[in-house]
Amino acid sequence: MATSIEPNESIDSVASPPTTWDVAWDRAFRAMTHVFSWMTILLVLYILYEIGGKAIPAVQEFGFSFITGTTWDANKGEFGVLPEIWGTLYSSLLALAIAGFFGVSIAIFLTQDFLPAYLEVVFKNIVELLAAIPSVVYGLWGIYVVIPAIRPAANWVHEHFEWIPFFKTSLSGPGMLPASLVLAIMILPTVSAISRDAISSVPHKLKEAAFGLGATRWEAIFGVIIPASATGIFGSLVLGFGRALGETMALAMLVGNSNQLTVSLFSPANTLAALLANNFPEAGKQEEQVLMYAALLLMAITLGVNIFGAAIMRRASAHMKGATK
Amino acid sequence: MSQEITDAFEGIDFPTLERSLRHPRTFFSSALSILTGVVTVVACIPLFSVLFMLIWRGGKRLSLSLLTETPPSAFESGGGFGNAIVGTLLMVGISVLISVPFGVLAALFLAEFGSDSKTASAVRFCAKLLTGFPSILAGVFAYAAVVLVTGTYSAPAGGIALSILMLPIVMLTAEEAIKMVPHRMKEAAIGMGATQTQVVWKVILPTALPGLLTGVMLAVARAAGETAPLLFTALNSNYWIVQDGELALMDPTASLAVLIFNFSGVPFENQIELAWAAALVLVMIVLVINIGGQILSRNKVTS
Repeated sequence: MATSIEPNESIDSVASPPTTWDVAWDRAFRAMTHVFSWMTILLVLYILYEIGGKAIPAVQEFGFSFITGTTWDANKGEFGVLPEIWGTLYSSLLALAIAGFFGVSIAIFLTQDFLPAYLEVVFKNIVELLAAIPSVVYGLWGIYVVIPAIRPAANWVHEHFEWIPFFKTSLSGPGMLPASLVLAIMILPTVSAISRDAISSVPHKLKEAAFGLGATRWEAIFGVIIPASATGIFGSLVLGFGRALGETMALAMLVGNSNQLTVSLFSPANTLAALLANNFPEAGKQEEQVLMYAALLLMAITLGVNIFGAAIMRRASAHMKGATK
Repeated sequence: MSQEITDAFEGIDFPTLERSLRHPRTFFSSALSILTGVVTVVACIPLFSVLFMLIWRGGKRLSLSLLTETPPSAFESGGGFGNAIVGTLLMVGISVLISVPFGVLAALFLAEFGSDSKTASAVRFCAKLLTGFPSILAGVFAYAAVVLVTGTYSAPAGGIALSILMLPIVMLTAEEAIKMVPHRMKEAAIGMGATQTQVVWKVILPTALPGLLTGVMLAVARAAGETAPLLFTALNSNYWIVQDGELALMDPTASLAVLIFNFSGVPFENQIELAWAAALVLVMIVLVINIGGQILSRNKVTS
């Protein structure tokens, strides 16, 4: 302070209580953050209301037969999405099987000191960059790289193992297998990142105890680490599955958009999201309502899976809180 | 004496203390290590394959004319996608304007003013739901809520669809960033007699800024590459958004992502090449923003 203060001089303090304006602004601002929080909840409800409300006419008209029907013909006014529902679940499960194996393996490999720390970080970043590539670019890559690359192998398998239902058709171009492969690449970062968090939250002491009892590295991983992080790993699979269900562009470009129920990996198929992407831009009035119904179904499936996944993750983190670090 | 002991243990198979791959346990362990290592390396192949193809097939078309010309029709040669770049930037800009204030204000409530309230946990739950919300459904929603109401495909409709995808990312990362602000700094400000709002503006937001920016950049990187929500909200266009000196805001708007989708399945070589070039430009934009965001988050203020 520049001014020296005499003991009996009255002080004009620089401090002052908040002015009325400060207090009013404080309350208004806090109220504003509160309002915006509520708006998040309202937004979710509004989305449900908009899509649900627009789907009501179609729901009343087609009801349950929409889910069990297998034809899609806008000219005749016949609509059924069983093949799309089947294709959505089938492609997502295939992708999950591939991405689950790869993702969990990567999560283990990058957390159990197999590599020096800096290499672990490099690989971790590479896998996470897979998530940054836009879906439409994966679709383009799938058309011009994946399909030509797997077509010879797929057709060889088809020729020699035609009696297995999975291989009963030949792969002429777009189909379930290339779509699922690309889908697997797209959900791999999700699965591996969440699994890695779950695995690295296992206390070191558990692993050290296993080593102390003479376990090999992999006996410790299978016997201690994976059981301890099982909930989190399962949660990562569920969330990856949820992501796969809603993935649109890569599938719209690779799955072949053909309305058929098939278990063959090499046959073209369709998914709910791809159906929306391909039909919505040119839909007439009636088809638009029906597509809203399909959107409602997709929303119900993905919300269900995601709520389930979030519940599992909450259990996993609660489970880990009990562990002493 | 020692001889007797050795005799006593005759015929018992001791495990040796040597590591040898002839032991099934050791062999199994090493084999699995190698397998997971191979799996990890294999998982990196797609990324390099995508990047290589983008540079190889899109790189040869890179020139300034790409940025100044509009898309060619089927049998034309040349052309570019300047209008699509402008459209993408415009729509991402609109969605930033919507989602950043919204997300940060809600995050302030989540982290500061009402962190333990029931509202906050409900909001967090909703934000998590939106995180896993399929992008195509954001498009369907924006179509129902904006396109049907205004009666036209437009850039704002696309921006609103994108903002729904950005909002949860911005909100949840902002909440984390605000929680990272050291308590002592806040307490110091409160001790000076600052109101909570003054603390937010003078202490919390400046300190949490790198974290906030990271969230925004990751959200922008995601929104820039999204195609599905734009398919029937912004549609597509072969023209510049500014025509004859007028901003055609309420008209269909081009975007890089939709252009790639439209040109990916056509039989015309020129358009396919443009699709690759557009994909290269889009991935460059996305990766630069994404990596920038990650570098920012590394240099965060830690207490």
